Formats: sequence, C-alpha cells, structure tokens
Amino acid sequence: MYRYDAIDAAILADRAAEFRDQVSRRLSGELSEDQFKPLRLMNGLYLQLHAYMLRVAIPYGTLSADQLRRLALIARRFDKGFGHFTTRTNIQFNWIKLKDAPDILDSLAEVGLHAIQTSGNCIRNTTADPYAGATAEEIDDPRVWSEAIRQWSTLHPEFTYLPRKFKIAVTAAAKDRTAAKVHDIGLKLRRSRDGELGFEVMVGGGMGRTPYLGQTIREHLPARHLLSYLTAILRTYNRLGRRDNIYKARIKILVASLGAEAFGREVEAEWAELDHARIDLPDLELARIRADFNDLPFEALAPVSPALNAAKAADPSLARFVRNNVAAHKVAGYGIVNISLKTPGDVPGDCNADQMDAIAALADAYGFGEIRVTHAQNLVLPHVKLDDVAAVHAGLKEIGLATANIDLASDIIACPGLDFCALANARAIPIAQAIAARFADPVTAEAVGELKIKISGCINACGHHHVGHIGILGVDKKGEEFYQLTLGGSGAEDASLGDVLGPALSADRVAPSVDQLVDVYLRERSPGERFLDTYRRVGLTPFKAAVYAEAV
Amino acid sequence: MPKLFKVEGDQVVEHDDPFVALADDEAAPSPSDAVILSFARFQTEGELLLSQGVKIGVRLEPDERVEGLAYDLARVALVALAFPKFRDGRAYSAASLLRERYGFAGEVRAVGDVLRDQALLMLRCGFDAFEPADGSTADDWAHALHRFRYVYQAAADRRTPAFVARALASGAGSAA
Repeated sequence: MYRYDAIDAAILADRAAEFRDQVSRRLSGELSEDQFKPLRLMNGLYLQLHAYMLRVAIPYGTLSADQLRRLALIARRFDKGFGHFTTRTNIQFNWIKLKDAPDILDSLAEVGLHAIQTSGNCIRNTTADPYAGATAEEIDDPRVWSEAIRQWSTLHPEFTYLPRKFKIAVTAAAKDRTAAKVHDIGLKLRRSRDGELGFEVMVGGGMGRTPYLGQTIREHLPARHLLSYLTAILRTYNRLGRRDNIYKARIKILVASLGAEAFGREVEAEWAELDHARIDLPDLELARIRADFNDLPFEALAPVSPALNAAKAADPSLARFVRNNVAAHKVAGYGIVNISLKTPGDVPGDCNADQMDAIAALADAYGFGEIRVTHAQNLVLPHVKLDDVAAVHAGLKEIGLATANIDLASDIIACPGLDFCALANARAIPIAQAIAARFADPVTAEAVGELKIKISGCINACGHHHVGHIGILGVDKKGEEFYQLTLGGSGAEDASLGDVLGPALSADRVAPSVDQLVDVYLRERSPGERFLDTYRRVGLTPFKAAVYAEAV
Repeated sequence: MPKLFKVEGDQVVEHDDPFVALADDEAAPSPSDAVILSFARFQTEGELLLSQGVKIGVRLEPDERVEGLAYDLARVALVALAFPKFRDGRAYSAASLLRERYGFAGEVRAVGDVLRDQALLMLRCGFDAFEPADGSTADDWAHALHRFRYVYQAAADRRTPAFVARALASGAGSAA
C-alpha cells in the first residue's frame, strides 16, 4: 500500500500542530465555539449527544496492520475500548475529550493516519472498491487514483469552504462496491475502444432528504486529466452552488436545477480554460504512487486448495464462511476474506480494541498486513492464501467475528441513530438488532440470499436507506419513533432509489414486517432471483398487501 | 478603521490604508487619492474618478462574478473580495481566477469576516492583503502563513507542489 514519504509526514505533523494550537485557543476562550466549530470539524471532531466524537479518515478504506493496532490503542486509551466503522469507510470514536484530541492526532500522525477533512464543508475522504488490487474484475487499481485525489484534495486552498460537504468514490470493476452513483462525484475507470484508460464521470448523486442518482457528464475522461477535471467541477460548484439553504447546498441540487447537460457544459468550459499541466499529476508521480501498490510478493500457487476443501468438508461452518465471506482473487490460490462486523445482537460496524488487535495479527500472519474497510461497515483481508483461510476463520471465531453473512439479511447498514447522534429522530441500532436476530440462523439467512437492509435514524440518510433493497427510515411522529419502509433501492451498479411501501410503522412492527416482506419474496421468486430482482419484476403490490393486510 | 496587513516576501506587515472604502451613498472625500467602490458604483462613477487620477479599488461581493470586471482590471489598483461569513468560500475561487486566469497583478484584499485560521488558504489563492476581523496580529498571520512546510497542489501563490518537489528530489528535474 501507499507509504507516506517525508513530505506526506510533514504535512500531517504540521496539521496536527495547527490543531493543537486551535484547541488551546478554544480552551483558553480566545476562540468562541462559533469560530472553533468549523476548525474542529475540519479535523473530524463533532460535538455529539454525550461527548465529542472523533472521526478518523481511512483513506480509500485501506489500513495497514500497524495502523489498525494504533486505532485499537486509541480506543483503549481515549475511548471506551471500541470504535465504529462508518459507511464512508472511516472510523469514529464516540467518547472523546476535547483536551485529548491533539494527543490523539499526534498519535495517529505517527502511523500516517489523520482526521483531516472527515467533516466540514470540504472534500471528504475518497472511497474506493475494498477489493482493489485483489479482484480480477478491475480495469485498473482505483487506489492509485484515490491517492492522487487524497493529495490533491488535502488542504486544498480553494475548496475548503464549499457550499456543503463533498464526497468522491472511485470504482474500477463492473460490480460497484462503492455506491458510486450516490456520491457527489462517482468515478468509474474504463477503457475506451482504443484502449485508453479513462473515467466515466458521474456527478450529483446523493442521499439525504432529496436523493438523486449521479448523472454522467463525461463518458470518457482521459485518466491523466483527472485532477484538472475535478478542479473544474469543484470550482463550478464552489461558485454556483447554493449557500442560502443548507438543505439545498449539495451539488446534487445544483446539477438537478441546471440539468446535468448544462452543468456539464459549465464544467467543460471551465476545464478548457485551466492550465492542465500545472494541476494534473505527471506520469512519473503516478508511477511512484502505483509502485507502492504493486509490491506484494504473491506466491505461485495452484488455483484449488485441497487443504481448504478438506477442512470445509469437516466443518460446515467453515464451508458456509467460504461460501458467503470469501470472494475470488485475481491471483490463483488466493482469496478475498470479508470479516463481518454484523454479528447479530451487536452494533453494526462496531469493533472493540481486542478484535482490532487480533485482526491486525491475522493480517500480518496471513494477509501481507493489509486490511480494508467496506462501505457496508465490514472489514476485508484482501489477500489470503486459500490454504490459510481455515486458520483465519478459526482466528475470527475466537474473537466472535466469524459470522458468515456478507450481503445477507443480517448484514445491515445502520447509522448510530438516536443512541448517539444529535440529529437523529429515532433509534437505528435496536431496529437492526431486532431484524438481525430473526436472520441469525445461518440456514435461514442463506436460504433468503442477498438482501441489503439499510437503516437511517433520520432523513439525513447516513444509513443509506434510499438504496436499501429494504430501506428503513426513522421518523418522529409526535414524540414517538416510527419507521418508513422503502423497497427496491440499490447503491450498486444497478443503482435505484427505493419506493415507499406505505404508512410508517411503529418500532415493534418493523422486524415482523421485514419477515412478511421476505415471505412474499420467497413465495414469488423465480429461480436465481434476489429479493431485489423479484421486487423489480412483481412490483410493490404483493409486498404492500402482506404488511398492511390487517389495516385493509 | 480596520487594520490592514500585507504580505511582503516572507513577512506580514501592518500598513496604513491609503484607500478609503466608500459606501454607495457616501460622497467621495475631496480631494481623493484612492477609494474602494462597490462594483455597481464603479460602473457608474469609475470612469470619471479614473480621469481625475484617483486610484480605484473595486469590492466584489461573492455573487458578483470576476468575469464582469475582467475588461477593467488593467485600470484597477485593487480588488477587494468580500467574505460576508468566513464559511462563504466563493472568494477563494474569485481570487484564484483574478491571479491565474486574468493575471491581475494589483492588490487582492480579503475584507469582511476575515480570520487568521483561513490565512494560508487566502494567501495560496492569491490574496496579498487582509483586513482581519478577529483582533489577530501581524505575527499571528505570519505564523499561520508559514505553518505548513509543504503543499500538495499548485495554486496562485506559485509554491512548489509536492509532486514537483518529489520529481526534483528524485533527479527527474536534473535529467531534463
């Protein structure tokens, strides 16, 4: 993975020193909370219901074992012993004291981690395919371009006070594991007919209270011009985006009001005027970054592992784990191992310090010391020998993280909800736990197959409910928690926004209703169909009838 | 009268302001040497004042596009870009365009809610004069401007971005 050089390290150290100064000025009263707020937000520090929350960036979801161990140390020393991985592939610590924040940032900087631009109206951490560098599907390694974006966007002088936050995702595979179409900019690597590497540029996607899917403004941008083209998009947005209403300030609103075509013309006109050579990375620099991602000593192995096959035959739980959590690797004899942070009964995305240390040790022993974070709030060991999968599975079992439910009904995305978040209208975590409990039996869960349930505790949609196969949105009705269900959403390559099922349901009816929806699917499905496919074929009516039968 | 800081080389120096900022309904002092006008007032009175030898600065609000001033830039001594709130970042783009697209060599001044925590961003986008709103000193500004030893991006300040520094360090520069 990318190794910070002296320049990268100096920028992090200088940033940490700057924030230490700002915190001391806040603690002394020299800075008002109003003046301090945007400064702390630019460093990932939120004031939540109970304490400060620190969001640490995990650039394009890639961690080294040393970095994960450092996160464990911070969880132990400065928090209550755990962290929460987010849908933006970052990690949040929910119980931070302001006075500790500078020491935490210094500690993070020692291992090349930081909280720069993890909140505030700036360019946030860029996310990428968690299978990058491991999947045979990809056209190019999206991490190379994500790292280029990381550097370009870090402390960008022109784009630090945008109308609103700004999120970019990079994918390079046909199967989109980044939810690129619901990002402010989604970038899809592709090759033109003559083989030139480029990006399809999608702009204006997003969730929140007005969800939109991104629209393509460039079918094929030559890859070397990525940064100048991003500059043109960001400048157009910075100048034209609305600033009078926080709810209409995201780029999706600008793109929708101008129309994607007109917005694209503005961008193209700006791009034509820019001095590309000053902005775009030269080939040598791209090659330097690329080299850091291309140095893994893969062994020449047989594509099939008799040892793993024997172990699977002896242990059905290992066989299930391999079926659901292990994906094909581009190198023969290796696999991509997903670690579910969705153990039924636990908080989705949470990971305690001991688990982090253990995963880091597994990564060191079996996976070139690399860990990825997925937007579905799970972890990945991207390069594990098939011969070692049984050992990894055993190690995960010891720490309670061997749940074989990737993309199944209990692999639920949920925001922190009213349990932690100052914005939430309703709790999300207990709803997730109640649903997961119903699919805790692995045989049931596997029989249902791929089913992506996503839960948000308020209309800001941090739990991505708009793109859930089943989406669940918490709303407040006269002080009581209610939940609005949507069906048929997808954040993947077949992206779509969910349709509202019917009137909102009380909290105790949500999990039983999900059961009813699943029953309809099992009744209606044709061979090979996922829940989403069946819904798209048969439509809302039978699902609605099942859930609202009593009311009819 | 607000303080005025200017960047001079590596230094930040406090200056007396030779310009008088005029509200639209405020008569120009007579005789005037140098005034800052709104864009609307510049369009109606600029010609006359220039012919009288008055130095003109134009103040642009965030929703007034610098393109509208492009034709007159050669005659203008100063462009003041307004920050109604420090969170309003449009003036960063305006300053970048003035310097990089239009080659404006006069003073680009930050006015309004101007805080030292944004000093480096402003300098990098091409501002070279500041009216601080937070009681900060010239030393505070000098400190803020030199906080970062390296930068990642090319910007109007022409600092060497990291990718160029790396190429030079690796010898790619000497081979050229």
